[in-house]
Amino acid sequence: MTQAVRQLQVGRVGELVPRVDAPPKVKGEFAYASDLVVPGMLWGHTLRSPWSHARIVSIDISEAVSMPGVHAVLTHDDVPGQKTYGLEFPDQPVLAIDRVLYYGEPVALVAAEHPEQARRAADRIRVEYEPLEPVADMERALDSPDLHPEKPTRGHGYREDDRANVVRHLVIRHGDPDAEGDVSVSGYYEVGSQDQAFLGPESGLAVPDGEGGVDIYVATQWLHVDRAQVAPCLDLPLEQVRIHLAGVGGAFGGREDLSMQIHGALLALHTSRPVKIVYDREESFTGHVHRHPARMWCEHRARRDGKLVNVRFRILLDGGAYASSSTAVASNAASFALGPYESPNALIESTAVYTNNPPCGAMRGFGAVQTCFAAEAQMDRLAAALGIDPVELRLLNALKPGDVLPTGQAITGSMPVAECIRAAAALAPPAPEPLPRDVIRLPGGAGNTTNGDGVRRGVGFAVGFKNIAYSEGFDDYCAARVRLSPDAWAEVHCAAAEVGQGVTGVILQVARTELGIDDVRLAPGQTATVESAGSASASRMTWMAAGAVRDACRAALEEQARRPGEEVDVERIYRHPRTTPLDPETGQITGERAHVAFATCAMKVVTEVDVDLGLTRVVWIGAAQDVGRAVNPQQVEGQIEGGTAQGLGLALMEEIQTRDGLITNASFTDYLIPTALDMPPVESVLIEDPEPDAPYGVKGVGEPPTVVSSAAIASALRDATGRELTRIPVRPDDICL
Amino acid sequence: MRVSLTINGERHEADCWEGESLLFALREKLGFPGSKNACEQGECGSCSVLYDGTLVCACLVLAAQADGHEVTTVEGLAEGEELHPVQQAFVDAGAVQCGFCTPGLVVATADLLRRSPDPSDDEIREALSGNLCRCTGYAKIFDAVRAAARS
Repeated sequence: MTQAVRQLQVGRVGELVPRVDAPPKVKGEFAYASDLVVPGMLWGHTLRSPWSHARIVSIDISEAVSMPGVHAVLTHDDVPGQKTYGLEFPDQPVLAIDRVLYYGEPVALVAAEHPEQARRAADRIRVEYEPLEPVADMERALDSPDLHPEKPTRGHGYREDDRANVVRHLVIRHGDPDAEGDVSVSGYYEVGSQDQAFLGPESGLAVPDGEGGVDIYVATQWLHVDRAQVAPCLDLPLEQVRIHLAGVGGAFGGREDLSMQIHGALLALHTSRPVKIVYDREESFTGHVHRHPARMWCEHRARRDGKLVNVRFRILLDGGAYASSSTAVASNAASFALGPYESPNALIESTAVYTNNPPCGAMRGFGAVQTCFAAEAQMDRLAAALGIDPVELRLLNALKPGDVLPTGQAITGSMPVAECIRAAAALAPPAPEPLPRDVIRLPGGAGNTTNGDGVRRGVGFAVGFKNIAYSEGFDDYCAARVRLSPDAWAEVHCAAAEVGQGVTGVILQVARTELGIDDVRLAPGQTATVESAGSASASRMTWMAAGAVRDACRAALEEQARRPGEEVDVERIYRHPRTTPLDPETGQITGERAHVAFATCAMKVVTEVDVDLGLTRVVWIGAAQDVGRAVNPQQVEGQIEGGTAQGLGLALMEEIQTRDGLITNASFTDYLIPTALDMPPVESVLIEDPEPDAPYGVKGVGEPPTVVSSAAIASALRDATGRELTRIPVRPDDICL
Repeated sequence: MRVSLTINGERHEADCWEGESLLFALREKLGFPGSKNACEQGECGSCSVLYDGTLVCACLVLAAQADGHEVTTVEGLAEGEELHPVQQAFVDAGAVQCGFCTPGLVVATADLLRRSPDPSDDEIREALSGNLCRCTGYAKIFDAVRAAARS
C-alpha cells in the first residue's frame, strides 16, 4: 500500500510534456483511495438521516452490534474529543447528537468484515426521529426559526447581522450607489445547485498505528487542514494523526470539506483494525457540499454611449445546513458580481443563509459562476437597450491595469480583459451545417427527434473573471522541501494535492528548471514530512506550489554551495503578496488589496435549439483565457476544455433537485452530466500576460472557463430563441416557442 | 459460491456471495482493481470490461454469472511495460486528468477500434457516450482515439 517514491521524468517550465501519472492511470495500476487494501481490513458504513430536519428521540444499536461480521457500531457518544468540526467554523457534528439538519447527515457508523454486512447492520440501527418543519426556501430562511442560534460565524470580522439563519451578509458600497445613468436595465436571475460529480466517490483507509495514533489514506484536497479538523475530534495531538494523499478521482471543490476521515479513524481506533470507507454514488451526493443555488436581483445603469455608471446587485445564496465555506463564497460572489468591467459606482449586497437543504461550499468558480451568469445576461440586455454590439459594450467597459474594483482595490497586476475579448471574438465558428445531416449532429441527437425542422441557430458571448488564490487576509502559504544529493538527484516533498489537475507535473517541471538536473522525484504527499501546501483550490495550486518548490530548490542549491559533496535537505514556505480583509460596513479594502490576482476567460458559443421540443445542441465553443504563463500548454488546454464542460452541464442539464430538503435525483441516472455526445469542439487561445508577482508569471487556470461557459451558452440560447432565460439550468419548457 | 473464470487469459477462482457483482469480485477478490466503481448502475462506464468479447459494465454482471466466462480488463491490454496503442495515445494526447474514467474509456476505445478501425468523429462520440469523464471535456480523449486509429 505504501507507495514507493516515484521516479519521474518530465520537462521544464513551459514545455509540453505528458503527465507522469498517465501511464499508471491508463494501465489501471494507479492506486486511488478506493483501491487500497491491507490485510485484516474492515469495511465502514455510515448511517445517514432520511430527514432534512428532525429531532433525534433515541438511537438503539443493540440489534446492529449482534449482526454477523460486525465489529463496531458507533454513535456521537463514541466521539472521544470535540463533537463538532468544520472547514472554517466547527458547526457540524461528527455524528448527529440530538438533531439532524440535512438529508444524509451522518448519524451512526458500522465496521464489518464485508461491506454488505456493514450496510445490513446499519439498516438495523433503530433511530427514532421527530420530524420538524424544514427551512427549505432560502428567501424564507431569514424569517424562519434560527437553525444555528449560537451564530457560529459571528466574531470573525464580518458585518453584524442578527437576522435568523444569516451565515454572512456583506455590503460593498462603491462611489455613489445612487448615481443615475441615461439607461437602466433590471433583471432577476436564478442558478440551481450543481454537484461536483467527480467520478471517484469519497474513499479512504484508516490504519491504527498500535500506539493510539492513526494513519489516514484519503482522497482529499488539503491534507493539513484535514488533520487540523480530525485530531481534535479524536482527542489526539496533531502528530498522532498522519494524513496521506491517496489517489484522487477528481475534486472540483467537493473534497475541501471532510467526508470519511474522522469516521474511518473512529472505527479504526475502536476496532484496532484498518477500516476502509467507500461511498457509493448516492451517498456521494449527500457526502459533500455543492455549488450554492443563487437568486440575484440586478440593475445596470449606463451612459448612452454604453459606459457603465452604476451597478446594483443583490445576491442570495443558499448555504444549506452548515457553514462550510459559505462566508467566502458570499464574498467572492460579491467581489466578482460586476464581471471584469469598470463601474465608478456600485452597491452590492450578498447574503448566504442556513437552510435545511444540502450543505453548500466550494465548487469550481466559487460564487463567481452564479454572478457571472446574471451579470453577463445584464450586459446583453444593456447592449440591446442601447443598440450597441454586445462585444463592443464589453470592450468599452473592460477592466485594465490601473482601474479600481468596487472594493476600492486598484489593479496593479495582469488584467488582459480586452485582449481576451478580442481574441475570443476573432475566433471564427464553423459555418452552419446544411440539412439534411446525420441526426447525431442535431438537437436531440440519437433520439432522432427532428430532421432539422424547428432548429434555430444562436451565437452568444460572455466574459468572466475571478480571483486566484485565497483572499481577504487569509494566511495563504505553501511549503516545499527539497533533498538534493551530490549525485545529481533530488527528492521533492510537497503536500499539494494532485486531484487530476496536474500539479505533480508543475512541481517536477519547476524543480528540474531550478536545479538544472533531470533526476527529480516527488515523494508521496503526507502531513508528517512537510508543512502545509494549502488547498488544491481557488486556482492557486500551480502558483503556490511553483513558488514554494522554486524557493526550496534555490535554497538547496545555496546550501549545497556551502557544503560541497554533502546531501542537503531544506524546506521553504512561500507566501503570495499579503491581502487584507474587507471593511465589514463598507466592503472596501483595508489595505492595498483583498485579492492577490485575477484571471479572465472570454467565450463565444454557437448553439442550435429545436424550438418545437426544447432540445439543444452546443455546436462550437471558442475560448480565450488569460493564463499568465502556461507551465504545460497541453494541461492548460485540458483545464479549459474540462472547465467548459462543467459550465455546459450547469447551463443545460445539471441540478440537484430537492423536495423539502430531500435530494430526489442522487444518481447518474437522474443527475445528468455532459457525455461525449454533449460536448462540442472547444477552440482555445491562451493569452500569456505574465503575472508580475507570481513565480514564472503563472496564473491558475482551472476556474475561469467554468465561471464563464454557463453564461456564454445561455447567451447563445437567448440568441436562438429570443427568450430571456433568466435561470440555469435552462429547461426544455424555457426554450419551446 | 465458488466462481471460476478466465481473466486476461488466465484462470482465476474466488468464493463469492451471490449478491456480488463481477466488478466487486474483480476489484476486491481477484486482484484486478483497474476497473473502477463510480456509479454501480451502468451509467458511467468506469468499469467497462470485455465479457466474452463484448463490452459490458462489470457492475451490471453478477460474479456468479461470470462462472466459466472470459473477461478482459484494462490490466490485460498492455504487453508488459509496452503500452497498448490506445493507452499510449491517451498518454500522448493529454487525455488523462484524474484518470478515474480512463480504464473504462481505454477498454471502450480498444473495443471500438477493433470493430471499426477508422471511425468517424460522430462514431467515436457515439461509441464513447456511455463513458462519463468529468475532467477533460472529452476533447483530448477524441484526439487520443483518432491517434490510436492512425497508429
